[in-house]
Amino acid sequence: MPDSVRRRNADGAGSLTTTDIAASYKRQFAASRAGLPGAGLRWLNDLRDDAIERFALTGLPTQRLEDWKYTNLTPFAKTQFNLATAAPARIDRERIERFLLRGVPHHQLVFIDGRYDASLSQLGTMPAGLVIRSLAAILDEGGEEFAEHFPRVGVNRDQAFAALNTAFMADGAFIRVGRGVCVEEPIHLLFVTSGATATATQPRIFVIAEAGCALTLLQTYADVGTDETSSLTNAVTEISAAPGAIVRDYKLQREGTGAFHIATTAVRLGSDAVYDSFALAVGARLCRNEIHAVLDGGGIGCRLKGAHLLRGRQHADTTTVIDHARAGSRSEEDYKCVLDDAARSVFQGRIIVRPDAQKTDARQMNRNLLLSRQAQADSKPELRIEADDVKCSHGATIGELDANSVFYLRTRGIDEKAARNLLIEGFIGELVDEVHVGSVQVHLRQAMWSWLSRSRA
Amino acid sequence: MLEIRNLHARVDGKDILRGLTLSVNAGEVHALMGPNGSGKSTLAYLIAGRAGYERTDGEILYQGRDLLAMNVEERAREGVFLGFQYPVEIPGVSALTFLKSSVNAVRKHRGLAEYDAMEFLKVVREKAKQLDMPDGLLQRPVNVGFSGGEKKRHEIFQMALLEPTLALLDETDSGLDIDALRVVASGINRLRDPSRAILVITHYQRLLDYVVPDRIHVMAQGRLVKSGDKTLAAELEKTGYAGLGAAA
Ligand SMILES: Nc1ncnc2c1ncn2[C@@H]1O[C@H](COP(=O)(O)OP(=O)(O)O)[C@@H](O)[C@H]1O
Ligand SMILES: [Mg+2]
Repeated sequence: MPDSVRRRNADGAGSLTTTDIAASYKRQFAASRAGLPGAGLRWLNDLRDDAIERFALTGLPTQRLEDWKYTNLTPFAKTQFNLATAAPARIDRERIERFLLRGVPHHQLVFIDGRYDASLSQLGTMPAGLVIRSLAAILDEGGEEFAEHFPRVGVNRDQAFAALNTAFMADGAFIRVGRGVCVEEPIHLLFVTSGATATATQPRIFVIAEAGCALTLLQTYADVGTDETSSLTNAVTEISAAPGAIVRDYKLQREGTGAFHIATTAVRLGSDAVYDSFALAVGARLCRNEIHAVLDGGGIGCRLKGAHLLRGRQHADTTTVIDHARAGSRSEEDYKCVLDDAARSVFQGRIIVRPDAQKTDARQMNRNLLLSRQAQADSKPELRIEADDVKCSHGATIGELDANSVFYLRTRGIDEKAARNLLIEGFIGELVDEVHVGSVQVHLRQAMWSWLSRSRA
Repeated sequence: MLEIRNLHARVDGKDILRGLTLSVNAGEVHALMGPNGSGKSTLAYLIAGRAGYERTDGEILYQGRDLLAMNVEERAREGVFLGFQYPVEIPGVSALTFLKSSVNAVRKHRGLAEYDAMEFLKVVREKAKQLDMPDGLLQRPVNVGFSGGEKKRHEIFQMALLEPTLALLDETDSGLDIDALRVVASGINRLRDPSRAILVITHYQRLLDYVVPDRIHVMAQGRLVKSGDKTLAAELEKTGYAGLGAAA
């Protein structure tokens, strides 16, 4: 099936001096440790100390690692980021207006340079059993809820960027939805980088969804700096969905083209849980979305979807691991990418089916639309199937805009650029249409239109 | 309105049209018939401006202007419409979005105000009622999952919305049941107007029972081999194309 996939061995990782970076990050950690939220908490300090040590051991990932084969972090290593953000900038509401969710009542938490800004935030209707807090506030109060739930998901502690986040995490969101509680209003977490050079934000988001509850989460990453400002977002989201919980997890990344955006999501799903994820990315110089989902029960529906719109020299990497640990669950992946100029995309999708996971149904699809000859897409499916009674499929395509369709639209008076944009919108729009909340669809489409409006004639 | 003189054209290096001369005046409906492969669609595509269709000699004048000098969308905005023999499917783009882009592009070109979403919906609803278009069809992606008949009705619907000055309909009647044929025919007849020219490309006399043409032309091997009035259709029905010296 994946015949049309173009593969190319990545050129070497360059001479990334991992030790220099590790040493520099450790120095920064030592200098800022006492000022981090929850600094008085022994267990948290231990956790952070452990994390920075783990990071120092592995260093920044290089392309010699299978999981990072197609993504080169050399440009990243050249920037000295201020990993611990001190005082966040103050930003007026009007400057973030265009990133807000419109149309329906919702919970809005705004983070400027990674820190919660109460004056820009507003919670909506809070049903009993719903907790939405800034992580910093929880940690400063003693962090009991955090300590209690922290082990429930657990990203891989040896994963370099997750470890870095654990060491430096200063804020983010803690969301807990009680048993059977249906949260009607979407929870929008808006992260805005102010644009100071070399700013790093390392948000941490926890979602604890108790049995039979339902919630919709939307994360938006944006910046108000110039396009060229280099910044780092290193976000970690941990989601625990107890049996029967429904979690919709949407994301829009529209940072400037100087930004490095690394996001790691760890999801643990109980029986009959539903997890729907959709991530649209139009920004960043380098964007990596890494999702690890463990399907720890039967009857689970896990859908990972996403779309990247890239141009210039942008690089986007989607790496997913779906771990079918028990029998009788379904997973479905559909990732699409539109690449113009010399942009590059990477999709790596690993599906693991454990010996116990009979009757697994896993489907994976990766489709790429190349608008230029210099653009390149790499696609790497990886199936590790240890059970015999399973349905697994994967496919990847790389294609161009259909000339016949462009012609058809033009014969209806639509000019060539608009015709091409309409087709691109259709390509990505198919996935946006699956988003369950209309206002979130509009939110995503607006970012897509803004990308399209800048496309070549 | 449309004047084609001694047209020679090739597709992918292959000569298809070999000296075709044809003119259609405003207010007239002409039918173009002929066996498969005689070059009818090639002519239609050339008029619409499809890439790879190359004129090697002769000319096409539209309202006295050199049609082939205009780009594809310009022709459409200037009032040329082609109903496709094989309408194209466009996944992910709703028919409504597509139609709105199209209608507004043409209106803008004509110096008319573009419709907003609400106004457009009203216009579409009205036209849909006139043409018996199922409502749900327009919410769906363009032509995706449409039956053969629905695709053709969708073409006629587009034509009705765009109100072209010159309409070419390439086998819009093929594959239709009698009810759909009636709808398509009434769509064409509605458009008949002293200011418009219509060229229907068809295989069958059937459509011509509903859309009575002013002239009928028979094409073979890239040129016209016979022209006549509406009675020619009945004659063809009896003798077939072979009887006219046209290879079947
Ligand atoms: N893209 C193409 N490349 C080469 N030959 C073509 C192409 N399209 C059509 N033809 C040829 O041109 C001739 C005329 O085709 P067409 O115009 O479709 O005829 P009609 O519509 O009358 O059936 C046929 O011989 C056909 O095979
Ligand atoms: Mg034909």
